[in-house]
Amino acid sequence: MAGSGFFRFSSPASFYPLAGRLVPVFGWLAAALTVAGLYIGFAVAPTDFQQGEAYRIIFIHVPAAWMAMFTYLVIAGWSAASFVWNTRLSAMMAQALAPTGAMFAFISLWSGAFWGRPTWGTYWVWDARLTSTLILLFLYIGLMALRATIEDPRRADRACAVLALVGSVNVPIIYFSVQWWNTLHQGASVSLTAAPKMAETMLAGMLVMGLAAWAYTIAAALHRVRSIILEREAHARWTRELVR
Amino acid sequence: MNAGAAIAWGLRRDLALAMRSRAEVAIVLAFFLLVTSMFPLGLEPDPALLSKIAPGIAWVAALLASLLGLPRLFAGDHADGSLEQLALADAPLPALVAGKVLAHWVATGLPLVLLAPLAGIQFGLEPAAIGILVATLALGTPVLAWLGAIGAALTLGTRGGAALLALLVLPLAVPVLVFGAGAVESSRAGLGAQAHLSLLGAGAILSMVFGPFVTALAVRISFE
Repeated sequence: MAGSGFFRFSSPASFYPLAGRLVPVFGWLAAALTVAGLYIGFAVAPTDFQQGEAYRIIFIHVPAAWMAMFTYLVIAGWSAASFVWNTRLSAMMAQALAPTGAMFAFISLWSGAFWGRPTWGTYWVWDARLTSTLILLFLYIGLMALRATIEDPRRADRACAVLALVGSVNVPIIYFSVQWWNTLHQGASVSLTAAPKMAETMLAGMLVMGLAAWAYTIAAALHRVRSIILEREAHARWTRELVR
Repeated sequence: MNAGAAIAWGLRRDLALAMRSRAEVAIVLAFFLLVTSMFPLGLEPDPALLSKIAPGIAWVAALLASLLGLPRLFAGDHADGSLEQLALADAPLPALVAGKVLAHWVATGLPLVLLAPLAGIQFGLEPAAIGILVATLALGTPVLAWLGAIGAALTLGTRGGAALLALLVLPLAVPVLVFGAGAVESSRAGLGAQAHLSLLGAGAILSMVFGPFVTALAVRISFE
């Protein structure tokens, strides 16, 4: 099976050049989508009749929150793959995604604070969504801290995979427990089952920004995984020939 | 050795070890009472305020106290090599680990459950609320023990130490804290504590079913 089909790129040596070709593609895609999304968000979308201009933080806040949650699931998926197939690259991808996920969790909290100030009159409330995003940020930090304290990279891979999988089981429970505990946050603005409760241009701006966040995450993770590959495969001949 | 015998063996061995280092176990309990006693000093001794925040404080103190005992769960056996022998033994490792964690709970979790009424009286909780607090701790501390066991096994031999363990375990323990402290609140509001207690019970069952296997996996990873 090695060297053919789906698993061909599970070898760090063959994935390294592929990632190198994909990074600029997704990087430029992220830049173009960000420009388009911000243009729609700040120039085209109408002013909200209740919240005024302050609502425009939504174009940063919501895509960041989506990405923070989704990235954790992707990390859990790569972790599961690294257990099932024992592929080094899967664990490397999980490692490469964690800082980007943490960054998006932080951005969604930070932008949320500046959105809460004009609309709720406070930077922080102990609301279910805010609290669960904060806990998500701690889960990311825990994942990176565990990685940093284990010297052997293969052991760190497996330990982080266990932690990510336990965390991914716990994330929905955390979410519903804090939701039960306290809720002030407005309900989800977009859902797959109900008609959107917002103007179409607003929705378009948010979705474009969401895609930009996706493209950025892919580009950043691939760029980071290239560094991880070089670092971990420093003993291999192809790496030494590459960096000579 | 079959699974039942392995659990019993692990339980007996670790209980014997705990009995020989009673001081370490007593420190956890003293820590629990000390933390709960610090809050009235830091706030004000207003009975209405204290009885309102009592369940939350008792739960946070229990959470911190359960963290305190975790490093001794595996670290000693890891350092002297007996954990590696257990992993190699002709007995299922999840069962051996289950015995160890059960002993850990009997030594540090169960006394917290029994001490909780004392903290409740300190804070002027009414008897019915004390009963619910004890019930939530009885159902919640096993979950904390299993989450802690996973964290303790993952951090074996790492440079992170106790702070890393807290960073890994506390976020995962949030639901236990919410449902545990929320049960008293809910029964006071006239809603009854059944829903909270049921969820805690579900958590206890889930953690007992999956905990041994995940912890055993984490222990094996520590030998790679």
